[in-house]
Amino acid sequence: MLKQVHFGPSYIPYLLVTPQILITLVFFIWPAGHALYQSLLIEDAFGLSSEFVWFENFEVLFADEHYLGTFKRTIFFSVLVASISMGFSLILAAMADRVIKAAMVYRTLLIWPYAVAPVVAGALWVFMFDPTLGILTYGLSMFGYDWNHKLNGNEAMALVIIAAAWKQVAYNFLFFLAAMQSIPKSLIEAAAIDGAGPVRRFATIVFPLISPTTFFLLVVNIVYAFFDTFGIVHTITQGGPAKATEILVYKVYNDGFVGLDLGGSAAQSVVLMAIVIALTVIQFRYIEKTVEYS
Amino acid sequence: MKLLNTILAVALSGFAASTMAATEVQWWHAMGGVNGERVNKIADDFNASQADYKIVPSYKGNYTETMTAAIAAFRAKEQPHIVQVFEVGTATMMAAKGAVYPVEQVMKDAGEPFDKSIFLPAVISYYQTSEGELLSMPFNSSTPVLWYNNDAFKKAGVESPPKTWDDMKDASEKLVAAGYKCGFSFGWQSWVMIENYSSWHDLAVGTKENGFTGTDTNFTFNNDHVKARIGSIADWSKDNLFKYGGRRGDSLSMYTTGECGMWMNSSAYYGSVKKQAEFDFGQTMLPVDTDVRAEAQNSIIGGATLWVLRGGEDSEYKGVAKFMTYLSSPEVQAWWHQETGYVPITTPAYELSKTQGFYDANPGTDTAIKQLSLNTPTANSRGIRFGNFVQIRDVINEEMEAIWNGSKTAAQGLDDAAERGDTLLRKFDRANK
Repeated sequence: MLKQVHFGPSYIPYLLVTPQILITLVFFIWPAGHALYQSLLIEDAFGLSSEFVWFENFEVLFADEHYLGTFKRTIFFSVLVASISMGFSLILAAMADRVIKAAMVYRTLLIWPYAVAPVVAGALWVFMFDPTLGILTYGLSMFGYDWNHKLNGNEAMALVIIAAAWKQVAYNFLFFLAAMQSIPKSLIEAAAIDGAGPVRRFATIVFPLISPTTFFLLVVNIVYAFFDTFGIVHTITQGGPAKATEILVYKVYNDGFVGLDLGGSAAQSVVLMAIVIALTVIQFRYIEKTVEYS
Repeated sequence: MKLLNTILAVALSGFAASTMAATEVQWWHAMGGVNGERVNKIADDFNASQADYKIVPSYKGNYTETMTAAIAAFRAKEQPHIVQVFEVGTATMMAAKGAVYPVEQVMKDAGEPFDKSIFLPAVISYYQTSEGELLSMPFNSSTPVLWYNNDAFKKAGVESPPKTWDDMKDASEKLVAAGYKCGFSFGWQSWVMIENYSSWHDLAVGTKENGFTGTDTNFTFNNDHVKARIGSIADWSKDNLFKYGGRRGDSLSMYTTGECGMWMNSSAYYGSVKKQAEFDFGQTMLPVDTDVRAEAQNSIIGGATLWVLRGGEDSEYKGVAKFMTYLSSPEVQAWWHQETGYVPITTPAYELSKTQGFYDANPGTDTAIKQLSLNTPTANSRGIRFGNFVQIRDVINEEMEAIWNGSKTAAQGLDDAAERGDTLLRKFDRANK
């Protein structure tokens, strides 16, 4: 039987959570509310005349074939970024997990790209692939391939996908490696004694046991590809050529801050907000419950 | 919207730092790098010339960012007195009647003498109302010219710089035959190949005198002449006579590395070309399309003007007026023109540059001003004034890229661009009732 301890009413807990709540209100709830309200208005840039139009901005948005095109493009982009960067980092983590000598050196080097800001990452790839001055473009031209991502939409898309995936490899690597190292050595050793080779051990023991991490990373990577790739797209292609790399988050910026169509841009933000809420719900409600932890 | 709040916060902190000695006038501009230093010099010189007013220039990013920052600041009632806005933002600024203080009115209210007749017609016509009132002060104006590589011309056997589009084709064929990767390229393609191509040949870009007489306008740049020219350039690109190198000034390196022998873009690239090109470069007038007209009309400007925003004190606007007078003085304008390659906006500044012998020492640097003043501007060559034009230029960029990469024909791409552009024009109408 536990001793019952009674605490009197105290203001301290409220005091302690106040800063957090204030920050959330000021930096998240208030702007989000503002975006919601703005999405129901048609307004000129200076805010001198505004008209409340209910859901007209959304109707216009979903009737716009270019917006639907952007939607499909974003899904294509996100799936590829997530699968390339996760696949690549899974292989790297599996290899780094087995390295015995100088393991720290490999790990440190592999984690480095995570410290690079998206804009800088974009700039690096722009330099390497510049159609006139890029070193890799020069290399490709030796093989007779004329690279010009400013004209060819597929090349542009490939470039932003590679840059975005490269940037995220380090993060995924870190999580995969940690998950692999938390697998009890006894399981792997037992399998080895039974004659299972490294590939077999990975497929039947390691991969199933790290599945919670994989699912977690899947959601994180999709969120990353949806929202955090703005800097990369902005530095490499600005959404071009001919909209080939315009993803949802870039269109929000372009319509709102370049085009000054605040209502339409806010409506797109609201759609994005709905997507991120849905993804978060999936992560908390579904994945956290159905994936078994070892 | 998070970004907007950040911009507001930055704007606010800029204002908190002001001190109260002389009356301060805030000037937000978009001139980075070397031109930014030149802007600072103009402000410093003005501040040193008198003691009552102090101009405080602040760099706010590129044109789009500066305009967005000023608009966000206006909504937060923290706007600067003067903001530099690029020419395509003109219609947006004009429509904001409660926010903008027409520069002619500023001068009148401050009792500052102001002679409009000294300004070049091609420059100020872009920024006047249909009644002739000057809304903003021209600052940095340029126009597209044809840049060429004289060494390449010699090597390829091109005797003189092209004058017509047929010459362009000839010269490009010779350049490619001589081993050059491409004949020509251009940047700012909507400005150069749609807007200026049209004014150069006295064709309308849109109805209602290119939007000068009303916002209920429609695009007409998808006419047969433009379609034919864009279509032929797309055909030439198969033989590398033309090579697309990206939006804005991205293709500059194709010209300065010697990859392409010719390049059509703003005269204001003079500084960059001079610094980067390791060959004998020159500039000449844009080629004439003899299928359309025998002689060129005049080209239109690009660049930016200074808009005055309402909401300050009368004494501050007196300072604004004094600064505007200083800025358009022949000495300041001639210096700015010779340093940057932007055109001198007044006739006295042009005359001064002549007497200083600048054009004799730097042949070709008067190409831009000659193009602009070639003829008295017509309804088609005065300029353009369309709402949402920043976005519409992007639409035109997208459709032209689709033409260059072969996914659309010239006719189809231009029709689509006009249709999508019209939708954006209607949207602008709706928001600015």
